[in-house]
Amino acid sequence: MTTHDITITINGEAITATVPARRNLVDFIRQEAGLTGSHVGCEHGVCGACTVEVNGTPVRGCLMLAVQADGAHVTTVEGLADTGRGHRLRAAFQTHNALQCGFCTPGMLASALEYVEGGGTADRTAIREHISGNYCRCTGYQAIVDAIVEVIETGEGA
Amino acid sequence: MKPADFRYARPATLDEALTLMAGEGEIAALAGGQSLMPMMNFRIAQPEVLVDLNAVADLAGVTEMDGTVRIGAMTRYSDLARHDVLARLPLVARALPHVAHPSIRNRGTLGGSLALADPAAELPAVALALGAKVHLASTHGTRSVAADDFFQGLYETDRAEDELVTAIDLPAATAQETYGFHEVARRHGDYAMAGVALTRRDDGLRIAFFSVSDRPVRAKAAETVLRDDPTKLDLAIEALDEIDFTGDLNGGPDMKRHLAGVVLRRAWAEVLA
Ligand SMILES: Cc1cc2nc3c(=O)[nH]c(=O)nc-3n(C[C@H](O)[C@H](O)[C@H](O)COP(=O)(O)OP(=O)(O)OC[C@H]3O[C@@H](n4cnc5c(N)ncnc54)[C@H](O)[C@@H]3O)c2cc1C
Ligand code: FES
Ligand code: FES
Repeated sequence: MTTHDITITINGEAITATVPARRNLVDFIRQEAGLTGSHVGCEHGVCGACTVEVNGTPVRGCLMLAVQADGAHVTTVEGLADTGRGHRLRAAFQTHNALQCGFCTPGMLASALEYVEGGGTADRTAIREHISGNYCRCTGYQAIVDAIVEVIETGEGA
Repeated sequence: MKPADFRYARPATLDEALTLMAGEGEIAALAGGQSLMPMMNFRIAQPEVLVDLNAVADLAGVTEMDGTVRIGAMTRYSDLARHDVLARLPLVARALPHVAHPSIRNRGTLGGSLALADPAAELPAVALALGAKVHLASTHGTRSVAADDFFQGLYETDRAEDELVTAIDLPAATAQETYGFHEVARRHGDYAMAGVALTRRDDGLRIAFFSVSDRPVRAKAAETVLRDDPTKLDLAIEALDEIDFTGDLNGGPDMKRHLAGVVLRRAWAEVLA
């Protein structure tokens, strides 16, 4: 087995480990860093449950190798909770019942945050297009869109 | 599933990358990983060596000279979507939002899309409609191939195994140029069930379909009909019989034949508008 010594800064904390080349980023986050907020669904890029931020950009954690993130800064849903970033979005998800089982929520929040912080408008079609890569099997999306719309319309950031 | 074991290399220069590509065994370039990693996770692909192109600076970046826009192979969809040059590439601008979903566009690259040659992908057809040129390099040297000759079959291109796609040249739009694009998909961001990209310039009309055959295809008979008389849309749609329609998970050749007419009708309305 081919291994690599890598360091990834996750939510501000540097994690150093020796990993097989084939270890993907989301498994590194869950296994090496012990942060299980990022979920693993389909492992082929379709569901979005594994979406995390790498150097500020949301990506599929199942389609990036951990070794590719050597030296990078990663933010997961736990990191958002620590820093308070996206707290309005999380509160709106709660008020609107935008989650039931919560499996999709960490990835959904990462995508929603990119939209809101990127200056996205409250246009429901545009919001739906932006979160089209995140599957939710519980809510039917309506409540998720409601939550994002509210955060944008009340206009005080994410 | 998890990928099978492989060796991983991250070259910093194009020369190093090309030397690695020329090595022994089954070698694959890793660009955005948005198609290769799923294939490896499913073990449809089991390369022995992955050559990660993400640190090769020579492969990134966009330059513009004498009406030609050169886009480095490692340019990501979302970087392109934000780039000023898009004002000169309206057809690309039109197609990009249809390629997958935002977090996939944050990683996926133009070079990866062309090298993969998925028949349902948007940008290979856009490249064909624009008469793009694909630049290739290996340890033996460099060459360039017209998009018309590059796509050769299902996931098959003119690229040799040890070659890398380094860049793609697209003509900047002229003031007279008009273009059209339409695709039908089950859900926004999904691969199209059928789609078409087309450009009309002084020097001619180019119509390229995707997701109707085993590769992106020109519709040359339909081009001739519409070039001679832009009102003869029904005749042009009849002329689509020239295409070798193939089915996929979405439907058989008959449905593809039908949808090709539908998307051409809608895209042509855009051209005439
Ligand atoms: C859920 C999902 C939905 C998607 N929907 C769409 C869609 O609607 N439309 C669409 O077009 N695509 C879609 N894609 C695919 C996406 O566009 C990929 O990014 C693209 O097909 C490949 O680009 P990549 O940079 O990720 O390449 P990779 O996955 O890294 O590589 C793809 C192939 O090309 C080779 N390769 C890559 N770069 C080079 C190079 N420079 N030289 C030589 N060989 C190279 C690799 O070895 C590999 O065989 C989707 C993907 C997912 C996961
Ligand atoms: S687990 Fe990564 S997209 Fe589904
Ligand atoms: S809340 Fe259950 S999948 Fe979205």
